Amino acid sequence: MNSLAEPLERLPDVVADTPALTVASVSHAYGRHQALDDVSFTVPAGRFTALLGLNGAGKTTLFSLITRLFHTRVGSISVLGHRVDREPGEALRQLGVVFQARTLDLDLSVKDNLLYHASLHGIGGREARARAGRVLARVGLESHARIAARRLSGGEVRRVEIARSLLHEPQLLLLDEPTVGLDVSSKRSIVTHVRALVDDQHVAVLWATHLLDEVDPSDAVVVLHKGRLLAWGLAETIVARTGAADMRGAFVTLTGEAP
Amino acid sequence: MSDLVVPARGFTLWQYWICLRGITWREGLRFLHQRERFVSALVRPLVWLFIFAAGFRQILGVSIIPPYNTYILYEVYVTPGLIAMIQLFNGMQSSLSMVYDREMGNMRMLLVSPFPRWFLLVAKLLASTAVSVLQVYAFMLVAYVWGVDLPPWSWLTVLPALICVGLMLGSLGMLLSSMIKQLENFAGVMNFVIFPMFFASSALYPLWLVQQSSPIVYTICSLNPFTYGIELIRFALYSQVDWVALAVVGVSTVVFMGAAIVAYDPARGMLVRRGGGGP
Repeated sequence: MNSLAEPLERLPDVVADTPALTVASVSHAYGRHQALDDVSFTVPAGRFTALLGLNGAGKTTLFSLITRLFHTRVGSISVLGHRVDREPGEALRQLGVVFQARTLDLDLSVKDNLLYHASLHGIGGREARARAGRVLARVGLESHARIAARRLSGGEVRRVEIARSLLHEPQLLLLDEPTVGLDVSSKRSIVTHVRALVDDQHVAVLWATHLLDEVDPSDAVVVLHKGRLLAWGLAETIVARTGAADMRGAFVTLTGEAP
Repeated sequence: MSDLVVPARGFTLWQYWICLRGITWREGLRFLHQRERFVSALVRPLVWLFIFAAGFRQILGVSIIPPYNTYILYEVYVTPGLIAMIQLFNGMQSSLSMVYDREMGNMRMLLVSPFPRWFLLVAKLLASTAVSVLQVYAFMLVAYVWGVDLPPWSWLTVLPALICVGLMLGSLGMLLSSMIKQLENFAGVMNFVIFPMFFASSALYPLWLVQQSSPIVYTICSLNPFTYGIELIRFALYSQVDWVALAVVGVSTVVFMGAAIVAYDPARGMLVRRGGGGP
């Protein structure tokens, strides 16, 4: 299994030489519980990468380290070449994040949520309003600008959060289980939107999920299990190497557990 | 490769201003949306002014003490304490709001902003102080209509003191918010912070009266930074500066704010030491 933790071939960066994200020998513990153990992988620029893992795999911990909510004590994390611990400002301004928990301010309208986020990136005035309009149109919610966030459906909240994460034009988008709790149609819509972003705007995406049907054979995949990296490479290559029929079979072979 | 846009490093002063304005604007909007918060912020001190003060003025004599140069009604004496009470509750309310934001996930969006974390926390503190100053002016207006006699210039001269005290109590609230893990634990703040701070101070009676009845309580009141906040406001209302009070408020603000910044630092803060409990 460990041999699959090395990339089977170097995945090409679509738009840049520097990987969008480099995670190097990262470990993290909560007291005695080892949440991440010597995890290393890269997310190529301009590509969709799926971070596969069951609950407790360490996906959310990894996201907290990448976004500097937690401090990286062991190993290093770089976003487009900027170390998160040494140049947090430069690293964070390249990042768009959609957390697993809903993070819209329910007291504000959709547009006000976007304008607030814009200000947190130093974007104000006409420019902020223009960008808010563009990103809402991008996720098909331009007519929802004045609606209070608490009146949105679960799927709409997610789409607004994705729109918000794009507002400052990041090069890397992190999405932590973005489709959990959504109906089939909302799930499909969100997956389609995010993949279109990769294709049209060459945004690199790290998509954490435990749902294997969200992974395409041509995607880069990182398999995380109980804090350890089990595989990293193209989905179709991992499937071939494990001798499984599909990604589901490969995941079971690698982890010993069904997704 | 040409598609990759690399933004300029760092931020301009104008962008810092945009960020500060955005945080203040959001704090203001939230305050306006929570009308009950505004009403309760006003009703609390007004109950003291209308009911308690009416009773106390008959039993409590206030001698001539600085900054007053004549005998004053109890309502006049208690007004600075009630102003500080508004700011104390506002500071704790903003602490509650930060704990709520952390539970709801909104805090994450603030903390993953690329601006320095100390700046984000200071911006949030300034926003909270601005809201508390507005509440104080609303209270002063009602107190004026009720007949509380304050010098005409007091509306202006008290402003710097309100900002200083707002910053001190806001930074205390911010520090507390880093220590409170769950919203349910907030009731403890009421019992162990707000009430002791308010009652063990010069808000309701002058310290010389306290000293006569209990030297121990007097010592406690003298160690309470809230006492100095009240005195700073009291003197400012009469266009005077209580330098000792100003020094204590200034030092307390720096200590509380410094501790809050450390607590919210991902490398050193209490959020990390608590293990899984992230912002």
